[in-house]
Amino acid sequence: MINKFIVENFLKPIAFIVLAMFIGGVLIFLTGKDPVLAIGSLLTGALGGKTQIAETLVKTVPLLICGLAVAMAYRSSFFNIGAEGQFLVGALASTWFAVSVQWPSIFMIPATFLVGAIAGGLLCGVVGLLKIKTGASEVINTLMFNYIAFRLVGYAVNGPLKEGYLPQTASIANTALLPIIWPGTRLHIGIVLAVILAIVLQFILFRTVFGYQIRAVGLSARAATYGGINASKRILQTTLLSGALAGLAGSIELMGVTGRLYEVFSPGYGFDAIAISLLARNNPAGVIVSALLFGILRGGAGQMQRVADVSMVIIYVIQALIIVFVVLSMDGKKGQKSIGNKIKGLWGKKWTPLKGGAVDE
Amino acid sequence: MKKEVVVSMRNISKEYPGVLANDRVNFDLAEGEIHGLLGENGAGKSTLMKILYGMEQPTEGDIYIRGIKTAIDTPKSALEQGIGMVHQHFMLIKNFSVAINVTLGMTDRLGYRLDERRAIHLLQEFYSEMTYFKVDPKGIIEELPVGIQQRVEILKILFRGAKILILDEPTAVLTPNETQELFDILKRFTKDGYSIIFISHKLDEIMELTDRVTVMRDGRVIGEVNTKETSKEELARMMVGREVIFRLPKTKQQQGAPVLSVDKLTVDTDWGRAVNKLSFSVHKGEILGIAGVDGNGQKELVEAIVGLRAKTSGVVMLQEQDITNTHPHQFNRECSYIPEDRQEEGLIMEYSIADNLILKNHNQEPFSKHYLLDKEIILNHANQLIEDYRIKTPNAQVMVKALSGGNQQKVVVSREMSKDPDLLIAVNPTRGIDVGSIEEIQVKLLKHRDEGKAILLVSTELEEILSLSDRIAVLYEGEFMGIVSPDTPVESIGLMMAGTRHRGEGEQDDQ
Repeated sequence: MINKFIVENFLKPIAFIVLAMFIGGVLIFLTGKDPVLAIGSLLTGALGGKTQIAETLVKTVPLLICGLAVAMAYRSSFFNIGAEGQFLVGALASTWFAVSVQWPSIFMIPATFLVGAIAGGLLCGVVGLLKIKTGASEVINTLMFNYIAFRLVGYAVNGPLKEGYLPQTASIANTALLPIIWPGTRLHIGIVLAVILAIVLQFILFRTVFGYQIRAVGLSARAATYGGINASKRILQTTLLSGALAGLAGSIELMGVTGRLYEVFSPGYGFDAIAISLLARNNPAGVIVSALLFGILRGGAGQMQRVADVSMVIIYVIQALIIVFVVLSMDGKKGQKSIGNKIKGLWGKKWTPLKGGAVDE
Repeated sequence: MKKEVVVSMRNISKEYPGVLANDRVNFDLAEGEIHGLLGENGAGKSTLMKILYGMEQPTEGDIYIRGIKTAIDTPKSALEQGIGMVHQHFMLIKNFSVAINVTLGMTDRLGYRLDERRAIHLLQEFYSEMTYFKVDPKGIIEELPVGIQQRVEILKILFRGAKILILDEPTAVLTPNETQELFDILKRFTKDGYSIIFISHKLDEIMELTDRVTVMRDGRVIGEVNTKETSKEELARMMVGREVIFRLPKTKQQQGAPVLSVDKLTVDTDWGRAVNKLSFSVHKGEILGIAGVDGNGQKELVEAIVGLRAKTSGVVMLQEQDITNTHPHQFNRECSYIPEDRQEEGLIMEYSIADNLILKNHNQEPFSKHYLLDKEIILNHANQLIEDYRIKTPNAQVMVKALSGGNQQKVVVSREMSKDPDLLIAVNPTRGIDVGSIEEIQVKLLKHRDEGKAILLVSTELEEILSLSDRIAVLYEGEFMGIVSPDTPVESIGLMMAGTRHRGEGEQDDQ
């Protein structure tokens, strides 16, 4: 069991990324650029020194927590593609709170977290409520709610929370800033919190009654209801949890990195989170690895563009390829083989010597 | 005069994971006949026809079209052979015109898509040959009544040159008048040389429309008869009876106090009234069997009792407690329910055996304490049940989707019976599983009854009802045709299943 756990959560994501980078390399070659230089500079840009490693980890924090948000929701069959919006409203609410009051850190930090989590949770919870009451598609609604969040942030930084000439808010209270854990870099305590969160959620999902129930609801709402589980209630609870996680990610980004809110606060962390969660097969522990891998791609992309003159867009190609690989390797619900396994089967046929002349087709 | 056989399916088998949907099936269709394919849901009719239409590939067996062995691997190649299928659920684009829907996907000689004008023209050309079967080519689908929409579906395949029509339960969505119109048209078709396969589980329709009937059960062909030479009763028996007869040793039981009492229970669905003012009770130490052809309200009745479906009116009492319109977990406390559909309802296919075995009581001690699951106890529990019920599996952590149908069912049965329920409701507990598992499960049910517990057995297998029940209630269109003893002749039970009310004496009714 341990072996399978490691293969599913760690080895498979890494293998998919390596394969995707290889194909990405071929594409770079076809455009006439040097793939070895490009991938090399991508890696040195992400991991080449103290600053680079710290920056990669800083980018991993929001990716990881948003990835957890998507993964938990998906476990109850709620496809949350609104992590981006929940991330933003979390950051917005935290900003509002942390420019308005100034308490000692020991109260200020948890309170700011809480405000962000509540804001994100409410945004997602509304969609959850709509889904269980009216059957409205959460895919459409979470996506639309992203635009509400974009505009809300735009309004806040140009209006009520604007400070100075630029469209941005004032700095948040000093006591709300997260401590740096690697002196001389921007790496803050958020990375530790994120990893702890992933482990705790992994435990909740697989070792508690609540986790058992939300997985049951996600796999078969009918069977879960038959088993006495209140499916609607569990879906609503998971959406609140999911939104709260994404909102918390926004708070942490604000309190650990930027210190203030501005219009393009997120470079799409909430969207990357969907791919991260998929790559981790919605396992919280696996999200640690896949978020880190995406952090490396994001961390090194700039260097690759500067040194090898390869557009950062190739990173998105690599991400898309990863998703394709994951989908290919998934088995169907009623025991149908995955496309990947079917391909494996074809390979097997080719290589097996013909037995007794009994060959069809 | 013997007519030419246009389709001949020989020794067709189709295996899905855990289910043998078709088992060495033979089927012949003669030119110009309407051939009924009769069987209950899950008997394998649709699978067989999907194989003929190229939507599924048989695991074994051959298809001969006009005597020539033919491989049909897609619906397109089926159409090339002149075989067309009309599905139960329409496949039409609702906001397009009839002409566009009929010609959808077709091109002219140069490979261009047909535009509306040309499509209408082609359709009118077609109508000049077929004078009695027309639908306005300009009509928009969503504005047409369901019966006409169905005609468009039929037009689609006629237009593509089909001479052999497969109709999958075409009357399910039609009103009685529309049904009659459809039947008239189908009879007219046969005069023009069309051959029709008519899939249904409605006996009246089969009797009225068809020339020959093939009856299927459990993936096998039970028999092929000429409609004129058979009766509704005989067909009902063929459809639900079992050939291999188990007469399990059964001791007389002292009937105890009622455990479940149902009073004037009525259930309405989107389709109409499914259960009509049913009253009955199940007592300690008895098995009450509910017989009937599938689709006569069994599913709705059970779901209403258990709490998975809202009741329209009536009262359900469990012991002394009123459980009308409560969440299933009320019912689950003291009682168990083996649902008809193990793959969708009874099991979570992607959960391990161990996790499935605690589905009903995962939130109770000893399986969980303070919201934490106790993995060790859960595994031990699973290993115990795997041994007691002889579930064939390498270990308790295998996902149930990897098990055979019989073993999946044993997982459900062992879970439901291991908590020693006061009342057990079992719906088709042995459907679609191997003979060995059937007997094991039936023995367990009898043992449970002998321990003084109540069982409500709902089964479409008449033989199973006869061999297990202490009393038999026959359900027809949501009403009981009578509650009789298992010694009642099979013929009269067959009559009741076909809708005749029981008038015999000694009726053990509850009222």
